[in-house]
Amino acid sequence: MSTPTKERAAESGPDEVEPFSTWTGRARRWMLKKLPPDKLLPESQPSYVASWIYVFGMGAIASLAVVIASGLVLSLNGPSWWHLSSLGHFVNSTHLWSVEFFFLFMVVHLWGKFWMASWRGGRVLTWITGVFSFAVSIAAAFTGYLLQTNFESQWIAFEAKDALNAAGIGAWFNVANLGQMFTWHIVLLPLGVGAIVAFHVILVRMHGVVSPIDAAESDSQLVNPKEASE
Amino acid sequence: MVPLLALAAQDGGTVYLGWGAFTIQLGNFIVIAAMVVLFVLALVLPFPKGRKRS
Amino acid sequence: MTATKPARRENPMSWRTGTGIAGRPWTGAVREYDLFKELTIGLVAVILLVLAASALFGSPDDKAVSLKSWAVAQPSDFVATATAELAGTSDTAGYGPPYNSTPGATQTLGPIDLQTLAGVKLPIDTAQAFVLGPLSSLPTPPSGVATWKAASADQRTAWTDAYAKALDKAKNHDLANVASGDYGPVPAMMRTLLTMAKQGSLDSVISAQGKFYNLDYTPAILFMGDGAYLNDLAAGLHLSGDQWGMMNETGNYPGQSWLWLFSFFYQIEPFASLPNADIVVVVLVAILTLALMLVPFIPGLRAIPRVIPLHRLIWRDYYRRR
Repeated sequence: MSTPTKERAAESGPDEVEPFSTWTGRARRWMLKKLPPDKLLPESQPSYVASWIYVFGMGAIASLAVVIASGLVLSLNGPSWWHLSSLGHFVNSTHLWSVEFFFLFMVVHLWGKFWMASWRGGRVLTWITGVFSFAVSIAAAFTGYLLQTNFESQWIAFEAKDALNAAGIGAWFNVANLGQMFTWHIVLLPLGVGAIVAFHVILVRMHGVVSPIDAAESDSQLVNPKEASE
Repeated sequence: MVPLLALAAQDGGTVYLGWGAFTIQLGNFIVIAAMVVLFVLALVLPFPKGRKRS
Repeated sequence: MTATKPARRENPMSWRTGTGIAGRPWTGAVREYDLFKELTIGLVAVILLVLAASALFGSPDDKAVSLKSWAVAQPSDFVATATAELAGTSDTAGYGPPYNSTPGATQTLGPIDLQTLAGVKLPIDTAQAFVLGPLSSLPTPPSGVATWKAASADQRTAWTDAYAKALDKAKNHDLANVASGDYGPVPAMMRTLLTMAKQGSLDSVISAQGKFYNLDYTPAILFMGDGAYLNDLAAGLHLSGDQWGMMNETGNYPGQSWLWLFSFFYQIEPFASLPNADIVVVVLVAILTLALMLVPFIPGLRAIPRVIPLHRLIWRDYYRRR
C-alpha cells in the first residue's frame, strides 16, 4: 500500500526534471495531484467504513442509472406510447419506481451524512453539492410529472403555474408548454443532475470518507494500522 | 391503545391516514415509513467483517 | 509545517480542513473494498427491486380531460365559465402577468413584485381566445359575434352580468331552466360554443391556435381551470393544495413525498389564506433549502450530530477497538 507521501514524491519527481509548459500538461499534473488513480479507484477503505449506512449513496446512484435508462426508452417512443402499449406502461412503471427508490436512498443517505457530520475536515463542498443534487433532482422529477400527458399533467400544470408566475419566471418556464417541459426534463435537468452528482462523487473520492467524530491519534487503528486491520 | 394514525378517509379505494388536518396518503406513508425503518436498520444491523489485507 | 502554531482550539464539528484527523488522508487501518463489485451488486439489486415493484404495482394513468369531456359532463359549468371569459371576469382574465395586465392582481412581497417585473409575456385575451375566436373560425360564424363586436362595453357588461346571474339562479343549474331576459347575443353564442365543445372541435381549435404544429397547451389549461370541473375532479382525488395535493398521487401510489415541506405550508395558517401565498411559500422553502445547504456553517445546527450521538452506533466497532 503506497503512502500519500510516496504518491506525491512520484508526482513531483518528473516536475523537477521537466516542468510542464502546456495547459494540458499542467492540467494533467493538477488533476493527478488532486485525484491520483489509486484514490479514484481504490482497493481499500478505512477500517471505520463498516456500516450499512454507507450503501445508500451507492443505491441512489444505481437507482439514477435505472431512472435514466427507463427514461431513455420512454422518450424515444414519445409521450403517448405508454398510454397505448402495455410494454410502454410497464416501462413507465419502472421509471416511476426507480424515481421513488432514487429519492428513498438519497434521503436516507442525507440523514446518515448529517448524523456523521460528513462536512468535517474540509468536506463542505461535498455537503453543498449533495444538497444541490437533491434540489435539482426535485426539479427534474417535477418536470417529469408534466410529461405524463394525462389528467395529472393537466392538474399539476394548472397548479404549478401560480408559484412560477408569482416568482416571475412563469413565462420562461411554462409548465403548460409540453415542448418546453420536454426539453427541461429529458435534456437540461438530467445533464444538471448528472454533472452535480459526478462532481459530488469526485469530491468524495478526493477527500476520502470522513473519519469518526472524536477520532484521536491515540486510537489503535491509527497507532497499529496493520494489527487493527480486519 | 389509542392509534396515533387512524384511517382518516377512504375515497373509492384510496386510503388516507391521519389525524386532524394532517392526512397522508397510504402510498406516501409506506415510502416514508420504509425510509425510517431502513435508516434505523442500517444503524443497528451488524456489518460483515472484511477480508484481511496481507 | 510551521514551527509555532497559534493555540486555537479547533471545533471538531468545523467544516475547515484544520489540523485534525478528519482533514488529513487516513493513514490507519484499512479493509478491502471492491468499488466495481459493489456498484454491480447495487445495480442488480435496484433493477430487481424496480422490476418487482413495477410488476406488482404498476403505475397510475388517469385519462386526460378535455373541453369535450367538460362540456358533456357539466354543460352549465362550461357555459358559466365561457360567459366569464367573454365578460373578462374569469380568474385568467383577472390574473395579471404573464397573461394580461390587471392592476392589483399580482402576488407581491412588500415592495417586491416579481410577477409584474416579468411582464405580459404570454398574452391571452380571454374573450377572443376562448369565445369569439373559436366562433369566428366556424364556416358560418353565428351572427351573435358581429352583434357583440358592435355593442358598447357597457352594453356587453349588462348582457353578461344578467346572463351569469340567471345561470346561477337556474334550477339545478340546468341550462334549460335559465329564466328569460335581456342577454343579447350571449345565450346563442354560448349554445354554439357548447355544441362545438361537445363535438370536440373546440379542443382542436383552441389547442391548435391556428397552427398545424402546437405543443403549447396554455390556453386550454387556463380555460378548464377557470371552471369548477377540473378543480372538483382534482379535489375528489385529494390533489388540491389544501389536501396535501402537491405530495399526493392518485390511488394508493406513492407521490412526491419529497415535496412534503412545500406542501406543508399550504395546510397551515397564516399561509393557507394569504393572497400571495405562492410567493411567500416559494421564498420560505428557498431559504430553508439554502439553510440545509449551509448547515456546516451554522453553529448549533452543525453541533447536533455530536450532541445526539447516533454516530456512536454507526462507528461502534471503531470506538470499541480504540
